[in-house]
This record gives sequence, C-alpha cells and structure tokens, in this order.
Amino acid sequence: MSSTFDTIANIIAETCDIPRESIKPESHAINDLGIDSLDFLDIAFAIDKAFGIKLPLEQWTQEVNDGKATTDQYFVLNNLSARIDELVAAKGA
Amino acid sequence: MRLEYFQLIDRIVDLNLAGLTIRCEATVPTASTIFEGHFPGYPLMPGVLLIETMAQTSGWLVVAANRFERMPFLAAVKDAKLRTFVTPGQVLSISAELKHEGSGYAITEASIAADGKSVCDAALTFSVLAFPNAEMNKRMRDTAANIGFPMGAPADG
Repeated sequence: MSSTFDTIANIIAETCDIPRESIKPESHAINDLGIDSLDFLDIAFAIDKAFGIKLPLEQWTQEVNDGKATTDQYFVLNNLSARIDELVAAKGA
Repeated sequence: MRLEYFQLIDRIVDLNLAGLTIRCEATVPTASTIFEGHFPGYPLMPGVLLIETMAQTSGWLVVAANRFERMPFLAAVKDAKLRTFVTPGQVLSISAELKHEGSGYAITEASIAADGKSVCDAALTFSVLAFPNAEMNKRMRDTAANIGFPMGAPADG
C-alpha cells in the first residue's frame, strides 16, 4: 500500500504533468512546483476522491489570509500528507 | 433564450436535490444578432454558448445545493464535445449532475440533447463563492422564480 505522500505525488504528477521524480516530500506545491489555484482544484478533487475526505481548502486559505497559519503548513507535501492523514483518521473515528 | 443577454435557460423542468441532478429546457431563438455573424446565411448556435448553457444549468443546481447562500463561477471546461449543429428554433433539453462538492469548488457533468439526439457534453469545474453583494443575490432569486425554480426549501432554507 502506497504512502499518503506517494498518492499525492502521483496525483500531482498526473494532474499537472510534473515529472514524478521532481516531487519531493519537502516540495512546496505552490512555490516549488508552480501549481496555481485552478490546478490545485483538480488536485483537491483527486485527493478528495482518493481518500474519501473533503480537504478544507477554504478554512486553510482563511487561516493563511488571517496570518494564523503559513502556506508551508498546508502546501509543503509532507505537511499536506499529515493533514490528510488527520482528516482520514477523523473520518474513521 | 435571449442570447444577447446570456439568458440561456427558459425553464427548470426537474430539480432533484437528493440525486443532485437538474434538467432544464430552452428554445433557441429564431432570430438573434448573433446569427448575423455566426454564420451569415447559415445560422448556428455557437458552441461556446452551448457550453455556457450547460454551465448555467449546472449553476442552478449548485445554487440550489448551496441554498442561495453561495454562487458558482465557471473555472474549467473539460472534455467538451460538440457533437452536432444546433439551429434556430430547436428545443434543447439540458441535464447536469453534481459529481462532487468540495471546499469552495464543485464539479458537474452536463449534456444537451435536441430532438432525441445528443448535442454536446462536458465536465465543468466551478469556484463556489459567497454572493458578491445582496443585489446580485436578489437578482439571482428573481431570475430563479421566473424560470420555475422551486422556491421552497432549497431557496429559503
């Protein structure tokens, strides 16, 4: 069974036509991989489907805009993987 | 349909919030300034307006699912196929299904049929945002009432 990071990386590679080998756990989806907000909707859709969750993109965006969080917390792939694992765990609780 | 005003839906025939589907109807006008250019001597409903018609049908479904608290803005059109010509006077049956409601976005699949034949289909992505102002919300509700939107629970909930 592939890790959460592997699943995300494969989704990004396929959705955004980015070479899989260039997608690292420490990559920032926006700053390093150049993914824009529209492409991220496709990624969010694929993640929602793959994990059976609903990524709270609006909440995250609000937190960043309010200065309560940094984009690193949600868009560095290691951190995104951790958030997804939390959402999956919360769903099963 | 009033093509020049982007009023592309004549009536909502069925809105099923349990199944997240909608069906609308619209009659292509027999005369429009758009046909003077598209094309001179050979009037055809522009493909981009067929896509917009699918988007508006999807949009009413998204508005209903959000109880008129938020509205969709077309963000992406995928796998659009325009399968046959549409000419003035034809009656269109437009269907859409809400495939996914994400956080701040929605995905639909929509299609149009005329005279029992498939006309076009596409997968559509929308950003779903708060209404920009109260006036826009009011106008949306007024338009909804005019095209047969069931203004009961979905609109007032």
